[in-house]
Amino acid sequence: MISSFPVKQGLFSRPVWCAIVACTVQAALLPLCNLLFAEGHALHVSAYTVGLVGKFMCYALAALALDLVWGYTGILSLGHGVFFALGAYAHGMYLMRAGQAAGSVPGFMQFLDWKSYPWYWAMTEHFWYCMALVVLVPGVLAFVFGYFAFRSRIKGVYFSIITQAMTYAFMLLFFRNETGFGGNNGFTDFRTILGYSVTAPATKAVLFLLTLALLVAALIGARTIVSSKLGRVLQGVRDSEARLMFLGYNPLWFKLFIWTLSAMLCGIAGALYVPQVGMVNPSEMSPANSIEMVVWVAVGGRGTLIGPILGALTVNGLKSWFTAALPELWLFALGLLFIGVTLFMQKGMLGVADSVRLRLARGKPAEPVAAAAPAEEGA
Amino acid sequence: MSIRMLPGMAAPEAGAAYARVKSPGLDTTHGAILYLEDITVSFDGFKAINKLNLDISVGELRCIIGPNGAGKTTMMDVITGKTRPTSGSAWFGQTLNLATMSEAQIAHAGIGRKFQRPTVFEHHTVFENLELAMKMNKRVMTTLFARLDSAQLGRIESTLRLIRLNGQERRLAGLLSHGQKQWLEIGMLLMQEPQLILLDEPVAGMSDAETARTAELLNELRGKHSIMVVEHDMGFVTDIAQQGIVTVLHEGSVLAQGRMEQVQADERVIEVYLGR
Repeated sequence: MISSFPVKQGLFSRPVWCAIVACTVQAALLPLCNLLFAEGHALHVSAYTVGLVGKFMCYALAALALDLVWGYTGILSLGHGVFFALGAYAHGMYLMRAGQAAGSVPGFMQFLDWKSYPWYWAMTEHFWYCMALVVLVPGVLAFVFGYFAFRSRIKGVYFSIITQAMTYAFMLLFFRNETGFGGNNGFTDFRTILGYSVTAPATKAVLFLLTLALLVAALIGARTIVSSKLGRVLQGVRDSEARLMFLGYNPLWFKLFIWTLSAMLCGIAGALYVPQVGMVNPSEMSPANSIEMVVWVAVGGRGTLIGPILGALTVNGLKSWFTAALPELWLFALGLLFIGVTLFMQKGMLGVADSVRLRLARGKPAEPVAAAAPAEEGA
Repeated sequence: MSIRMLPGMAAPEAGAAYARVKSPGLDTTHGAILYLEDITVSFDGFKAINKLNLDISVGELRCIIGPNGAGKTTMMDVITGKTRPTSGSAWFGQTLNLATMSEAQIAHAGIGRKFQRPTVFEHHTVFENLELAMKMNKRVMTTLFARLDSAQLGRIESTLRLIRLNGQERRLAGLLSHGQKQWLEIGMLLMQEPQLILLDEPVAGMSDAETARTAELLNELRGKHSIMVVEHDMGFVTDIAQQGIVTVLHEGSVLAQGRMEQVQADERVIEVYLGR
């Protein structure tokens, strides 16, 4: 009897594990093919493609982070872009300083007639300090913001609107030149990272592989969290917060935990994004960017972790194609996509895949359909 | 059908002395787990409860009946801290005055209440519902690293059997019938190990078969938990009252009290139930 209890389940089913490994290996081959095969070779992958996929993987990591709060905990954030951008800026501070000659300040500071770095730039010449900022700045902001919002029991659409306002406020702040982060131009013109050239193909390959590794690690880590008891409590928050309080859980700390963790993950995604794209500016904090993140999650299928990753890759792939082929139509396509997903595939791409699998399973009654209909057993 | 015993629980015997049920952490030296003394609740002059006196022994299964507006739900609200009595006192054990405690404190002290409408987590399985309800440290980090040990699994297993949902633990709670959801709700209540269980109309909306099974379930809990059941369904009350005491409330105070056949024969009870 006890052996049938659903306590010891793997993180993913075997086919899903195989798919994850296959995709990871295939992705890892991209930068290697770029380095090993000369241009014109059949197996050569262009630097452009490597950069593009690397960027998409950063978006995928952000989408994964957003799914933890939206898909599993039911907290819709329309301001996750701010965490992404803060992570990007934190890393950008190091990259800016690494490219400066000793004793000089970046151009935008010279314009302001600043002779030395302001106090909040202290220590940013140290790589590890900036890496700490990458997680701490979004983490602390999320913690403080979340504490007051969740303690005041702000929920649903009201919470979403406040997050939107927050990212907008930060965008305005960062647009100001006097803020000391380069105003509307942001940071660009990076030269070196830890002594290596940022633009060298080998550096790009390392950054790509690092992004890939962190994405896979984040997926496995997130999956571990959502399949723990804490994950079930989070889903309880999503479905019936009052009932959970009645059982003796304090939703405040559970929400705060996942919200802060998600912001930190987003910060890491932003930090990986900066050196690969070569710039960061306040438009990363524009409300539209955060909404686009929500679209990735919705398209892929929220509450699935893998779905948002696929969604981020698909939507951004489409975006790249559209902005090259039919640039003026992209926003219409994005809007239509979101409406279509909301109306016709509420569980996203993975939901569609699931129902197709269900239909196939039903078509073959000889095969056991345990996976499709576990609810009916033992009735 | 016998149920596996939960750890730390006295074995039930036919007609077992109620006082054998242990109530850890609660002073029940005089055998009473709940003692309502001259409770009055008035809403703008209307006395929903009027000088109510009621006591419940440890391990007792007490049925409370009464026509609409008799004050049954208000009494439950007083016990769980949702409503403050205008006067009088409510004692949980010998030492805890419920009239001075908050709802959360009362729940923590060990009074569990099942509301009329079941509110299980529909997107969680039956098993997960019970797991979430289980009495344990419910802080974030302990929850993140929580692993069920064999004693806890055993408790879930015995509760599953008790509420007739063994074999269905992987089913989503949202797919259960109304009656099964009510049982799961009772199971979740049991997992929290309350000292006193309050059930508000547990068979409302149930089919006859489900009602009969709920009666069986409550009969199995008899003697192991202190339970107070408020119910309209007389047939159901007859099934679970057996030789226990039934209290009839009317206009906010106790009209009659005694074994089921005694109160059913009572002239005043017949009058309030049938006379209008």
